[in-house]
Amino acid sequence: MLEIRIHGRGGQGAVIASKVLASALFMEGKWVQSFPAFGVERRGAPVTAFLRADDEPILLRCQIYHPDHLMILDPTLIEAVNVTDGLKENGLILINTEKSPAHFMGLGPFRIATVDASNIAVRHHLGTAEHPIVNTAILGAYAKASGIVSLDAVVKAIAESVPLGAEDNMAAAREAFERVTLPAERHAVADLAE
Amino acid sequence: MKKVMMGNHAVSYGARLSRVQVISAYPITPQTQIVEELSELCARGELEAKFIKVESEHSAMAACIGASAGGARAFTATSSQGLALMHELLHWAAGARLPIVLANVNRAMGPGWSIWSEQTDSLAQRDTGWLQIYCESNQEVLDTTIQAFKIAETLSLPVMVILDAFFLSHTYEPVDIPDQRGIDRFLPPFQPKVKMDIRDPHAFGALVTPEHYYEFRYNIQKAFERATGVIEEVGREFGEHFGRYYGLLEEYEMDDAEIVLVTSSTITSTARAVVRERRARGEKIGLLKVRVFRPFPFAAIRQALSGVRKAAVIDRNISFGHHGIFFSEIKSALYGQPDAPRLFGFIAGLGGRDVTPETIHDIIDITQHESKPQQDIYWIGLKSAGQKATAPKTAAVK
Repeated sequence: MLEIRIHGRGGQGAVIASKVLASALFMEGKWVQSFPAFGVERRGAPVTAFLRADDEPILLRCQIYHPDHLMILDPTLIEAVNVTDGLKENGLILINTEKSPAHFMGLGPFRIATVDASNIAVRHHLGTAEHPIVNTAILGAYAKASGIVSLDAVVKAIAESVPLGAEDNMAAAREAFERVTLPAERHAVADLAE
Repeated sequence: MKKVMMGNHAVSYGARLSRVQVISAYPITPQTQIVEELSELCARGELEAKFIKVESEHSAMAACIGASAGGARAFTATSSQGLALMHELLHWAAGARLPIVLANVNRAMGPGWSIWSEQTDSLAQRDTGWLQIYCESNQEVLDTTIQAFKIAETLSLPVMVILDAFFLSHTYEPVDIPDQRGIDRFLPPFQPKVKMDIRDPHAFGALVTPEHYYEFRYNIQKAFERATGVIEEVGREFGEHFGRYYGLLEEYEMDDAEIVLVTSSTITSTARAVVRERRARGEKIGLLKVRVFRPFPFAAIRQALSGVRKAAVIDRNISFGHHGIFFSEIKSALYGQPDAPRLFGFIAGLGGRDVTPETIHDIIDITQHESKPQQDIYWIGLKSAGQKATAPKTAAVK
């Protein structure tokens, strides 16, 4: 089973990201379970969303404490919350930032990928320069960085889940897929059974 | 068609497929999306139903009572304080023998103010005369909502469909949505035996003297006694139509089990994963899921637990001054049975406290270790004074 945790701020679309990624993985034959951190959401406040994916039906109905992968939609969260809490060794961290993965090596023994999703989102008219909606861009980058889901499935799930501006969101995902900077040592881990 | 959907929308789809005719509700977290989706379906003309906005849950149930008495298939949804506010009219719906279906998202009662999962809200409505069915997955939520109408209309009794806050209500997972034609064959339109009709006037809700009231109560009890069979029959018929069978209980790895976990709702799922893990280690652990709480399936429980050495009942609820509520019901079911198991009562997960595989392992370990219960109630995961919340050591189950 693969367990993913997404950190964002209220308004960035972290919860929708987990739902869209669940739909994409489901299209590719996986069993999925996606849920927000159970609480109260406020714009700008830290938000967490979770996703499980497996080759068989998922039985666990509790929160995720030891994720395999993290997505961080706002790099200032790294200062605000303990984002790597419980992350497995060699786990993948995908960060929305203009900086390179090398800048984040201090986070620990993890594989770090980065993508400037804010910049991509703004250029595709998703949100504003102050409040870009980065969830669809980050998912495109995640498809490349994780290797567990195809860009095609992500784009299709976006088309089905986003009622307005689907084209811009799909384009943002495609561009982020091309522009993500991958971890230095290896490209992807695709073994759901691990 | 399979779709990844949240538990709340699984209820909405179930109500829609059942062709509900009147929906009346008042919003409350974590239920709101159930009726939000239904109101949008009505607004878009995809569901031919009257959506009645009201100023409270009490009025929502009043509107459902009126609609059902008038011969319409009526539905509402609520949670926690909202269900408590309905209490008076829950009695009315049952006493008037109205087949209303209500979806309740289990949420802890305040104060302390909470939006998180606990079963005490619905279990506190135990004696109102509503059937209660507790669901484990979004699929079961959708399927049970549809079955609920058939059960309710067969018995002329209201049915409560119950799902855990967040662990189902806000969790997205794949749900197989039956096609409308299949549902129409399974669930024909509501044909009330009696209804308010201006062309055929009768008095409803009149004063009932001691000469008659007693027999009314007897008839309700007789209907509840029939209900176990009706629920089983409807669950079997649903299975024949759609391939997913439902009953009063579900047994998992029970054949040679020496210790049995007794669970309801989503704790069941996590417990399945743990039972599978303990079985792989060669331990004879089984699981009994209680799906139906009212009518309480006494005979089925006795049969399932007959000859089992020990049973551990896990309650995400508490009757203050007594026990976990499923625990006390199961104890009464087993009273006087010669081959009843030693019964251990565990409280876990109140107010949405996470019940992880670790929690369930602890419960199994205690039950294995003790020859008989050392405490009336085992409180699992209780923090001592001044202790800070900590994440469980591990929640990893392959």
